[in-house]
Amino acid sequence: MGERLAVRKTYKLYIDGGFPRSESGRTFPFVSGGGSEVVHLSRASRKDLRMAVRAARAALAGWTGRSGYNRGQILYRVAEMVEDRAATFAAQLELGGSSVSDARAEVAEAVDLLIWYAGWCDKYVQVTGNMNPVTGPFFNISVPEPVGVVGMVATSAPVLRGLVAGVAPVISSGNTVVVVASPAQPMIAITLAEALATADVPAGVVNVLTGFPAELAPWLASHMDVNAVDLSGVHPDALPDLEEAASHNLKRTGRWETPDANLYRIAAFTEIKTVWHPKGR
Amino acid sequence: MVEERVAALATRSIKREAKMWALRTAISMTDLTTLEGMDTKEKVRQLCHKGIRPDPTDASIPSVAAVCVYPNLVGTAAEVLEDTSVRVAAVSTYFPSGQAPLDLKVAETRRVVADGADEVDMVIDRGAFLAGDYVKVFAEVAAVREAAGDACLKVILETGELGSYDNVRRASMLAMAAGADFIKTSTGKVSPAATPAVTLVMLESIRDFYSNTGRVVGMKPAGGIGSAKQAIRWLVLLNETLGVEWMTPRRFRFGASSLLNDLLMQIRWLETERYQSPDYFTRA
Repeated sequence: MGERLAVRKTYKLYIDGGFPRSESGRTFPFVSGGGSEVVHLSRASRKDLRMAVRAARAALAGWTGRSGYNRGQILYRVAEMVEDRAATFAAQLELGGSSVSDARAEVAEAVDLLIWYAGWCDKYVQVTGNMNPVTGPFFNISVPEPVGVVGMVATSAPVLRGLVAGVAPVISSGNTVVVVASPAQPMIAITLAEALATADVPAGVVNVLTGFPAELAPWLASHMDVNAVDLSGVHPDALPDLEEAASHNLKRTGRWETPDANLYRIAAFTEIKTVWHPKGR
Repeated sequence: MVEERVAALATRSIKREAKMWALRTAISMTDLTTLEGMDTKEKVRQLCHKGIRPDPTDASIPSVAAVCVYPNLVGTAAEVLEDTSVRVAAVSTYFPSGQAPLDLKVAETRRVVADGADEVDMVIDRGAFLAGDYVKVFAEVAAVREAAGDACLKVILETGELGSYDNVRRASMLAMAAGADFIKTSTGKVSPAATPAVTLVMLESIRDFYSNTGRVVGMKPAGGIGSAKQAIRWLVLLNETLGVEWMTPRRFRFGASSLLNDLLMQIRWLETERYQSPDYFTRA
């Protein structure tokens, strides 16, 4: 028997719970640090992006309607699935140039971040909401609610932890998200999508597109059915144009330099609703 | 054969200026419809205003062809649409089943016309048709034709219940011979409703009827046409089968409720190059 042929994985997009190729049929190559390995990934088109936003919109009501407790359970399950794939993630990070120890550390940090945000799902309302003091016989209560569909240009610093630090807070409050993966190590984003797909995250809650952020981000930023954008992965020079595009429907925009555990990343993608309620005398 | 031709025509790519023309033309061909048990006068008034001025932010968007309602609401629609280009269409003859005695169907038709309907959408008796009682179907259409007077008569075949393309063609010919001004696919209450294949069969019937008799009959697909993309495919079918003379609201209509907003969204997408959200378009 001769030498066994390599069985290579086809990296596709993640839209509405499925893994389609780009409708455009395009691919782009990822060349590893040393040039030793070339991986071809789907290069999403603006039409793929449109389908992803449609899926995210359709998934929104169901995901927002879950209890925070249930979303927490599901995020914890995502952490379990990422832990289970630790070796795969580490190997892909090493392909991108990480040392063995750095790669392992980054996977562990990503899992810890997921568990941290899983814990916040049924608690952020109590902490970021408030009972406001008012003069008069009323309760005045401010509660945060998810903004809706969030678009995200993921950071590459560092790629797995940055991605998790972006997605976890956004979905923890009940938003759905369309992620444009960083082209630095795009396989990571698709492997994360595989973890999400097997972790009880409903179809459409997270959608992942690989390709060229410079091509996709303007369509995402100007999309009238996207309610907020996380531009953490955007080069500062490109920010003004994207923020201008995002302004047409008054999207919230956010950008974070460090992929930390940060309650304010949940708060940034919520809208405060304030209600008055009579309390008698 | 029918399906193959439809599939081939569905691959036509209509872009930019041609697409803009098609979208605007499709709006002007729309019979904006509400046929729900829970319809109210206020809902119909809102729908009429939407039909007159589909996009409040853009006066260049044409009005729809007609607003289509149940008999109870004809008076309400006629009040709002008076002195506008938008016509009042009423479903009649015990829509959607048509299971009632002929004298009641005739009385209902007289009543909706008296109340202000410019157009009458009648249903054929599918039970009689499928039982082979074509004489009864023909006589009913002819009687309603007479009762409708000068109103435009659209005859709904309910193709989803007819079973075969042969039956669709036979029913089309029967309706046209009995005096239909338009033939219409469906009530919208039965699935499948308007399919491209059924539409093609009916368009070809219209073409053959025209070449035999010289009488022009219009076509109205209705039910299940919710997207601009579908509407454009229908216009391609129309253009390829009956030609440009039929590309007018006087000879072709879309029966639809949600189609209008998708057409408006597509127009704004072409104008702004920004993907659109239903949040920014009126509901009614």
